[in-house]
Amino acid sequence: MLYALKIAARYLTASRAQTALLVTGVAVGVFIFIFMSALIGGLAEFILSRTVGDISHVTIQAETDDPPLLISPQGHVLVVAERGSTRIATLAEAATFLPLIEGVAGIKAVSPQIAGAGVIKRGAQVSQVSVIGLEPGRESAILDLEGYLVDGSVRLGSGLILLGRDLADDLALTVGQTLRLQSAEGVTAALTVGGIYQTGNGGVDGARAFVSLSVARTLFAMPQGVTRIEIKLFDLNAADTIAARIRSLTGLDAVPWTDGAEQLMEALDAQAQTGYVLKTFALITIVIGVASALLLSTYRRRPEIGIMRAMGASRGFVVFVFVTQGALIGVMGGITGAALGYLALLPFPSRDAFQAGTLPIDITQGSYGVAIALTVIGAILASILPARSAARVDPVTAIGQ
Amino acid sequence: MTALLEISDLVKTFGTGEVATRVLRGLSLSLEEGELAALLGPSGSGKSTLLTILGTLMKPTSGHYTMLGHDLIAANDKELTAFRNRHIGFVFQFHNLLPDFTALENVVFPTAISDGRETPAARARGRDLLERMGLADRINFPTANLSGGQKQRVAVARALMNGPELVLADEPTGNLDSASAMQVMELIAQINREEGTTFLISTHDEKIASLCRRQIVVGDGVVTG
Repeated sequence: MLYALKIAARYLTASRAQTALLVTGVAVGVFIFIFMSALIGGLAEFILSRTVGDISHVTIQAETDDPPLLISPQGHVLVVAERGSTRIATLAEAATFLPLIEGVAGIKAVSPQIAGAGVIKRGAQVSQVSVIGLEPGRESAILDLEGYLVDGSVRLGSGLILLGRDLADDLALTVGQTLRLQSAEGVTAALTVGGIYQTGNGGVDGARAFVSLSVARTLFAMPQGVTRIEIKLFDLNAADTIAARIRSLTGLDAVPWTDGAEQLMEALDAQAQTGYVLKTFALITIVIGVASALLLSTYRRRPEIGIMRAMGASRGFVVFVFVTQGALIGVMGGITGAALGYLALLPFPSRDAFQAGTLPIDITQGSYGVAIALTVIGAILASILPARSAARVDPVTAIGQ
Repeated sequence: MTALLEISDLVKTFGTGEVATRVLRGLSLSLEEGELAALLGPSGSGKSTLLTILGTLMKPTSGHYTMLGHDLIAANDKELTAFRNRHIGFVFQFHNLLPDFTALENVVFPTAISDGRETPAARARGRDLLERMGLADRINFPTANLSGGQKQRVAVARALMNGPELVLADEPTGNLDSASAMQVMELIAQINREEGTTFLISTHDEKIASLCRRQIVVGDGVVTG
C-alpha cells in the first residue's frame, strides 16, 4: 500500500493550489475547534476558581447527636431534652484522623477548625460575626488570607484576631487596636487586631473573624476536638472521589463541595455542551469540505481511475488511494490548524493570571491532540464516499471519456 | 502453436427491451500464442466491444471465453483484475497515460500495483523498455511534455511491463501521423518476433493491417473473414 500512498501524495501535489485551499479550510476548522476548547475550558476554570476556589472542597462536619430521651420500662417517654439553638457538635477525635486524611492522595491542605457565632463589641458598637478558629501555620490553607491581606499579618497567635475590611471599617478598627469578642457560649475575650483582609466577598469581609484554635477553644468552651475539618484538593473535580475515600477510611461524614452546588454544575455542564455543539459544527464543516473536494477530484480523475483499473488495480487499491488523500489532508490541516491555534492563544494570559475584562482563555485546554485525531478520523470518514464512488468507476466508460 | 485464448458463441447485448442492441451475435474466435493479428471491420461492427471483453473489462451477455486454461466468464471481479494485471496489456488510441506521472512511472505502474511499491528491478525493466522504444532521453519526463508518438510508445512499453501473453491494441496508431504510426507498428512487430507476445490490433488502416500476419474481419457482430 506504499504505492497507493505515493499516488495519493502525487495527486495532492499535482493540484497544489486546490490542495492548499483544502488544507487551509481544514486548518480553519481545527483552529476554531481549538479556540473553542481553550475558551470553554478556560471559562469553566475561571468560574470555578472564582466560585469555589476559596472554599473547602471536602468538608468533614460533626454530626449533631439527637437529644436524649428518657423512656420508662413501660415505653412511656418521661423526659425529653430540647436541642439548644447554639449547641455545637464536635469531632472529638479529630486529632487522630488528621494524619490519615493528610495521607490521602490528591489532598493539598487540611484545616481543622472550630466555628461558632459571636459578637464583637467596641465601645457602643456591636457586630454579629461568624468566628472561625484556625490552627496557627495553616491560616491560608483554605481561604487564601495571605493573598487577601491588606494590612498587618495573617499569623494567628494568642490574643490576635483577623477581620475583614468591611467589618474593620464598620467598627473603625485598625491593626493593633483591641476589641472584645463574646461567643454564643457567653465567654468573652479581649483580642488585638492582627491583620485585615479583603476578599471581595461581602459575607466574608463584613461578618467573619478568624482567631487561633486555642482562642476558639476558650470562646466556645471546647477543651478538645474541632467542629469541622476543611480540606483543599489539588483537583477540585476529584472532590466526589476523595470524599468517598475519606468516608471509607475514617467513617466520618465527608461532604464534597459538589453537594449543594447542582446549579453551578448544571451551568458548567450547559456551557460544556455549548462547546461540544460548536466543536461538532467545526468538525462537520471539515467533513463536508473534504468530502466535496474529493468527490470533485474523483469526477475529474475518472479516466485515470479507469486506466488504473484496466492495468489491474483492484477496487481496494483505488479506495485506498482516495482514503489516503483524505487522511493526508486531515493530517496536514490538523497540524497546521493546531499550530495556528497554539500561536493565536499564546498572547492570552495564563490560567493563573486571568484578569477581569479579558477573555479567560486557557491555552493548556486547547485539546490539540484530540483536535488533530478527530480531524484525521473525520477526513478519512469524509473520503470513504468519494473513494467508494471512485472504486465503482466503470473502466470502459471512463477510458472512453 | 498452441491456443492462447478461445471464445465461442459470444453474445453481447446493450440495453433491454425495445432499446436492446445486440453488438456481438455469437462470435467465435481463437488466437494462437505469438500471433500478430489485425482486427478489421467497419465502425459499429463490434471490434471495440470484442477487445473490451477479451481484456476482461466487460463480461459478455453469454458465451464462452477461456485464456491460458482459465474460464474467464466464471471468474469474479477480483480474479479478473489480478488476471488482467498479470496476463493482458492494453494500448489505447489516445495513449491514456497518467498525466501527473513521468514516463518511467507510467511504465512501471502495472508492476508497482501488484508489488505494492516500485521495486528497483521494476524500475530497471521500465528503463530497459523505454530505451527499446527509443525514449532513453525521455525516461523522467512528465508525460505532458511528450509528443503524441512518444506517448504512444510509452503506452506500448507500459503494456509490456508485466510480460503479458496478450496485448490488445485499440486503434493504437489512429491518433498518430503516418511516420509515428509506422514507428509504433515496427516496435510492436519487433517485440512480437523477439518475445513471442501475442498482439491483437484493432484498426481501420489497411496499411497497418498488412503488417500483421493474420487479419480477422468482424462484421455485424460475427467473424466474417
